[in-house]
Amino acid sequence: MIEIKDIEKSFGSNTVLKGISGKFEAGVTNLIIGGSGSGKTTLLKCMIGLHTPEKGSVEYDGREFTQMSFEEKIEIRKEIGMLFQGSALFDSMTVEENIMFPLNMFTEQSFKEKLERVNFCLERVNLPGKNKLFPAELSGGMKKRVGIARAIAMNPKYLFVDEPNSGLDPKTSIVIDELIKELTEEYNTTTIVVTHDMNSVMGIGDYILFLHEGKKFWEGSNKEIAHTDIEELNDFVFASRFMKAAKKNF
Amino acid sequence: MNFTNFGKYLLLLKAVFRRPEKFKIYMKAIFQQMDFIGVGSLGLIAIISTFIGAVMTLQIAFQLVSDFIPKTIIGSVTRDSSILELSPTITAIVLAGKIGSAISSEIGTMRVSEQIDALEIMGINSPGYLILPKLIAGITMVPVLVIFAMVLSITGGYLGGTLSGAVTPAEYIQGITTDFNPYTIVVALVKAFVFGFIITTVPAYEGFYVKGGALEVAQASTRAVVVACISILACDYIVTQLLL
Repeated sequence: MIEIKDIEKSFGSNTVLKGISGKFEAGVTNLIIGGSGSGKTTLLKCMIGLHTPEKGSVEYDGREFTQMSFEEKIEIRKEIGMLFQGSALFDSMTVEENIMFPLNMFTEQSFKEKLERVNFCLERVNLPGKNKLFPAELSGGMKKRVGIARAIAMNPKYLFVDEPNSGLDPKTSIVIDELIKELTEEYNTTTIVVTHDMNSVMGIGDYILFLHEGKKFWEGSNKEIAHTDIEELNDFVFASRFMKAAKKNF
Repeated sequence: MNFTNFGKYLLLLKAVFRRPEKFKIYMKAIFQQMDFIGVGSLGLIAIISTFIGAVMTLQIAFQLVSDFIPKTIIGSVTRDSSILELSPTITAIVLAGKIGSAISSEIGTMRVSEQIDALEIMGINSPGYLILPKLIAGITMVPVLVIFAMVLSITGGYLGGTLSGAVTPAEYIQGITTDFNPYTIVVALVKAFVFGFIITTVPAYEGFYVKGGALEVAQASTRAVVVACISILACDYIVTQLLL
């Protein structure tokens, strides 16, 4: 479980996060949603330590992260897997080397054991046999799946996913969403997905935290989101004509 | 580089020297970088050094027109200029362009495509993993390249001088072997060590803190070469002043 308390973050005079709190349980898919510039990615970066918040705390199963030393943070980070918006695969390495990279750095396994783990992860994301391809040879959806395979290579307790559907077609987006949900439930990870994709929200949002202008406006599940009377949330959720038309069926 | 940048540069260097996660992986990266910086630059350095030696001999011969000055002096001046100044400095400036821009754009591209963030999330000390192998390869291979450049520059002087008839082989060889001071080699190697440090760390710094996209990576790469060249010339003066 990850708990954030009263997170505040500014860049110069621009306050991006204004006292955000929330609890993200293990084994369920937690979503942080909001429009562009609402502070979703900044919140995610504060949670994983790429940004340091001015105020507030981030606790990983009761372990306060923001005040930790560099070495202590490294120990927590070994328990974290992350899929970046642009996948962030290492260009100069093959798919196999990308997935094997954290295993090479932090385990003493033999090459055979590491290869078995790589092949298992590739099968888990439905990309068996793609070991020797380079990232430049992969489609956007395949890159995302390799990114997920690399993120789960070390059996993470915490999985962070930044905009998993950006640049993907609707069908591939659903495949990625379902894969994230399956992995979360299978390994009981604490998964946090930052997205503004409504298909993801309605499809996999077990717990949703809605940000608007740097503040937490709402929290709940995908079953509750269609029945709120918060104007900002309704404007966000039912922004498209399709969602407006579909609202009648909720 | 203003004081803020210099402070950030020092802090980055501090992070570079943190204990590596796994020595075996770092060693592999060091050998790869030694191949890239050292072996990959041999051809370019060979061509430049040979021609510079040849041209320098011709120009010295052109200026020494007095009958009171023995022609053996052409060899001596070529030798000392090659060892003390031209081989270390020209090699370093050429490498700043070739290696420096490559290092800056490689690390800069990794920054803007979130690959450095990915390393940090995995719990890897990204400055150490990305910069330390390049730094060690730089401070070991640049002196090797400078020695190589010295030999070829003096050989180029021999070829240029004798083929043009500006100096006879005997006069040139007598010149380069007369009054040789081995300390000049020490000074050149100290310079090469310092230049190797600059060629790898300054571009790495510029790339590491890039913000933006392709344009900013290109700008950082240009800035890296300019700052590295100026730093090399400034350090050249300081080392010469201190050691001679």
